[in-house]
Amino acid sequence: MKNYDAIIIGAGHNGLTNAAFLAKAGLDVVVLEKNDYIGGATASLELHQDWKYSNCSYVCSLFRPEIYQSLDLGRHGLEVVPLQGSVTFKQDGDYLGSYHQPTVWRREVARHSKRDADAAIRFDADLMKWCRLIRGFLLRTPPDPASFKIRDAMEFAYLLKRFYSLSESQIYEFIRFFTMSIAEYLEQYFESDVILAHFSGGSIIGTGLGVYSPGTAYVLLHHAMGDVDGNVGSWGFARGGMGSVSAAIGSAFKSYGGNIRTNAEVQNIIVKGRKATGVMLASGEQIYAKAVVSNLDAKRTFLSLMDANDIPADLVKRAENFKIRGSSGKVNIALDGMPEFPALPKGSPLTLGHMHFTDTLERLERAYDDWKDDRWSQDPYVDMVIPTQYDPTMAPPGKHMMSVFVQYCPVEADGGWTDAKRDAFGAAVIDQIADYSPNFKDLILHAEIRTPRELEAEVGLTEGNIFQGELTLDQLMFNRPFPGYAQYRGPVKNMYMCSSSNHPGGGVMGAPGANSAREILRDLGKPNTTPEDFGDD
Amino acid sequence: MPTQTDSHPATNFREVLQPSPFQTRIDEQCLVQEWMSWNGYKTARVFDTLASEYFAVRSTCSVMDLTPMEKYRITGPDAMAFLNRLVTRDISALKPRRVTYVIWCNDEGKVLDDGTIFHLSEGDYRLCSQHHQLDWLLLSSLGFDVNIEQETHNIAALAVQGPTSCSVLTAAGVTGVERLKPFDIGYSTLNGIDVMVSRTGFTGDLGYEVWADPTKALAVWDAIFAVKEQGLFDIRPIGLGALDMVRIEAGFIMPGDDFNTAETAVRADRDRSPFELGLAWLVSFKKPYFTGKKALLAESKMLTGRRLVRLSVEGNKTPTDAFLYDSKGGSRIGTIKSCVWSPILKMNVSLADVEFVKGKPPENIWAEIYYQKELEWRATWAKCTMSTKPFWSHPRSSITPPNKF
Repeated sequence: MKNYDAIIIGAGHNGLTNAAFLAKAGLDVVVLEKNDYIGGATASLELHQDWKYSNCSYVCSLFRPEIYQSLDLGRHGLEVVPLQGSVTFKQDGDYLGSYHQPTVWRREVARHSKRDADAAIRFDADLMKWCRLIRGFLLRTPPDPASFKIRDAMEFAYLLKRFYSLSESQIYEFIRFFTMSIAEYLEQYFESDVILAHFSGGSIIGTGLGVYSPGTAYVLLHHAMGDVDGNVGSWGFARGGMGSVSAAIGSAFKSYGGNIRTNAEVQNIIVKGRKATGVMLASGEQIYAKAVVSNLDAKRTFLSLMDANDIPADLVKRAENFKIRGSSGKVNIALDGMPEFPALPKGSPLTLGHMHFTDTLERLERAYDDWKDDRWSQDPYVDMVIPTQYDPTMAPPGKHMMSVFVQYCPVEADGGWTDAKRDAFGAAVIDQIADYSPNFKDLILHAEIRTPRELEAEVGLTEGNIFQGELTLDQLMFNRPFPGYAQYRGPVKNMYMCSSSNHPGGGVMGAPGANSAREILRDLGKPNTTPEDFGDD
Repeated sequence: MPTQTDSHPATNFREVLQPSPFQTRIDEQCLVQEWMSWNGYKTARVFDTLASEYFAVRSTCSVMDLTPMEKYRITGPDAMAFLNRLVTRDISALKPRRVTYVIWCNDEGKVLDDGTIFHLSEGDYRLCSQHHQLDWLLLSSLGFDVNIEQETHNIAALAVQGPTSCSVLTAAGVTGVERLKPFDIGYSTLNGIDVMVSRTGFTGDLGYEVWADPTKALAVWDAIFAVKEQGLFDIRPIGLGALDMVRIEAGFIMPGDDFNTAETAVRADRDRSPFELGLAWLVSFKKPYFTGKKALLAESKMLTGRRLVRLSVEGNKTPTDAFLYDSKGGSRIGTIKSCVWSPILKMNVSLADVEFVKGKPPENIWAEIYYQKELEWRATWAKCTMSTKPFWSHPRSSITPPNKF
C-alpha cells in the first residue's frame, strides 16, 4: 500500500497552496477532493453553455502576492486585473460613485457632503495605519501567548513590537477599532447617509453581524488589507474567473510532482495510537501518509472527520461552539447583454466596479434583522459585479456574466429551506436589481441561486459561512480556530489544519495554507519553501 | 423606478481635473500644455520655459492662478476666538485689512497645515490653506458661534508677483497699490470690476494677490495683460514649476512636500511639530489655550531631535532626494526634501530634514548625490551649509512705496 508524505483533504485554494509548498519541498503529496472539480469556493464553473461563473468567491485582493510570486502563478496562467471603482445607488434616483480617479471621487463625495470629502482623507490615513499593522501578521504563525517556548515568546515580542510602533493615540484607537461596530466607527468621520452605507458594506459581507454589531469595524479591515500590485484596498478580477486561481495553484502543485484526486471524498481521518496515519474515503479506500492535513473548516474537521474519542473533550466542545454562522447567498446570472442603469450618465465607468443598492445604515440593519428571524433580507445588501466588461473568456462577445453576492440569507429559512424558497430568495434579489435596471430581467438567460444550504452541500462550507468561521476577535489570531490550536497543528500527532478556519482567516488569501505548510515542513525537518512577507516598512 | 434628481448635477467623470475660472486664458497661453493637479484643478506646471517664468518673478512681473488654493470664510461672533483657538500664533491683534501667516496643529502638537488668515473686515475672516481643512475646521468649531464655509471655487484669485508688479497693477488701473504695506489688504476696482488686493505672496519678492468674483475672472486677467499689450511691461503667466523655484529660494515650506501633514501621516514618526519644522516663532504660549498647546509646551522643554533646515549644497549637482551624512561616507542623518538650482545665486538650495544631537545641529553635513550623464548614473559628495535666513531676499520686496518703473 502506498504511503504518501502528506494527504491534504479538500482541493480549495488553501489546500492546494498547502500542497504546493509541501511538494515544492520534495514531499510526495496527494490532494483529495470530494467534487469533480478543484477549487472549492474558488471555482469557475460552466453552468450555462459558454458562460463561466465565479459561482462562489468572485473578486481577488487578499491573495498574498508573496505566494503568487513563490509558486510562479503568473506562469501557471493566473492574471488578476484590477477592477475600477464602485457605486451605491440611492432610492431617490441619485447615486454615490466611487470613481477610480481620485480627483473625481473627491468631487463626487463633496457633491453629497463637502465635509465628508475632507473627512475621507483622515479616514483613509487611519485605515491605512491598521492595514499596515495587520498585513505584517498575515504570513506568520500566531504566537501562543500562554506558552513559555522561546519561539512563542519571540513571536509574541514581535507582535508587541509591531503594536507599539503605533503612537500612543493610535494604540487607543486601534483597540477601539477592533471592538467597535462599523456604524459607530464611520460616524466618527462621515455625516452623509449614503457615504456611511457605502463604506459599511465591506464590514458585513460574510458575517452574522449587522452594521451596529460590535466587531464589524474589523471586518472592514479584513476587506481592505489586501492589494492589487501594491494598491492596498484594491480588488481585482481573476481572468477566467476565480477558478483560475485554483487552476494556477493546482498547476504549480502538479509541476512539483503533486497528485490531485477528484471525486475522492474523505470520510474520516484514521487515528492510531494518538497519531494520524491516513484517511478513509467514502468509497472505503484507505490512504496512508506521514501527515494528514485538513482543509475543511474547524467544525467539519473536528466533528465530522475525526472521532470524538480521538480528541480531547474540551476541543469537541469548542468545535461545537465555533461561530460559523451562514449569512450570505449568491446569485450568478448569464445575461444576453449589458444591463442599463438609467440613473448613471451615458458612458459612466461606474458599472466597471462593485455595485450596491443600499443607501442607508438603517436599511443595512433592517436587512440584518430579517436574518435574525430566519428570513432572507427582504431588502438585501448586494455586492454585484459584471467581470465580463473586462474579461473576454467568461461569456460570448456582447454577453455578460453577473455575480451577485447577497447579504443576508439564513442557514435555515423559517421552517427549513425548499427549492421554492430558494427561488423566492433569488427573485427578491433580482427584483431589487430590476428596480434600478429596467431591462435587466429581460436579459436573464440563466441564473444559479445559492443559499447557505447550497453552499454547504455543494462547496462544503459549514452553514455556508464563506470565512469558515466568524471574523471576531474571539476567533482571530491566536484564538483561531481555538486557543491552543492556532499553530495549524491538530490534537493528535501528524494531523494539521490549513483552512480559513485558521489564522489569518477567510477570503481567497492562501495565507492559512502557506502558514500551515511552514509548520508541517518544520515538524518533518524539511527546508522551508514558504515565503516570508515582502515587508511593508 | 428611481430617476435622476435635478438637485445634484452628476459629477463630470470625464473632467478628471477641474477647470479654474481663468482656464480659457490659461489654455490659450500655455504653450507646452503640461498639466498638474493642484487640489484637483487643472494647473500648468510650465507655460513656456521654466527659466523665463522664474525670471518673470525675479526680474519683471509674473501672473499665477491662485484659485485652487483652499479658501474658507469664517464669520460670526466667535470668529476671532475660534481662529485663535485653532492656530498656534496669537491673532487677536490682527487688525481688519491685515493678513498673517499661521500654522495649526492637532492635539498632539503636530502640524496639520499652514496658511494665511485674511482679516477682511471687522469679524470677517478668510483662511487660506494648502490642503483640505473643512473637516478639521468644523471639528474644531464645537462650542464656537461661527459660520465656516468653503469658498475655494467662489473666489477667483491671481498672484501678481515681481519687481514691476506694483507698477503693472497701477498701470492696469488699480488705485492705492503703492500704499499697501506687506500683509495689507486694499479694495479697489480694475476695469470696473471690484477687486480686493493684498500685498501677499509665496515668491519672497515684491508681489500682490488680486481677488475677484469668479464670473469676472477673465476680465480681470485681460485687464492685467492689457498692460503688456500696451507695450509697457512684460508680464508672463507662470506655472507651479517656477513657483517651486522661488519659494525654495525664499525658504518657504510646502506642507506635503517638506513634511507629512499630521492628518495624512500613517507611520507614527512621520508627522512633525512646529519646532521640528523650525517654526517655533509661530507658537505663542502667552495667548489663551489653543489646540496642541499642552503637547507643544511639553515639547518646548525638551531638546529638538530633528529639524527641517535650509541647506545650501556645494557644486552644481542638484541633490534631488539625496541622503545626508555627518561626514563623507559617515552615518546617515537626514534627507533632502525640496531642492532647486537657484539661477540668481548660482548654487543649489534645499530644505532638508536633519537629525539633531542633544538639540544641536550636526557640525558637518554631506549630501550623497546621484546624477545621470547620458543614461549613466554617477554618485558624488557635496558639502552642505545650514542657513538660518532665507537663501534669497531683497529689500524691494518689503519697501513701501515700492520702486517705481
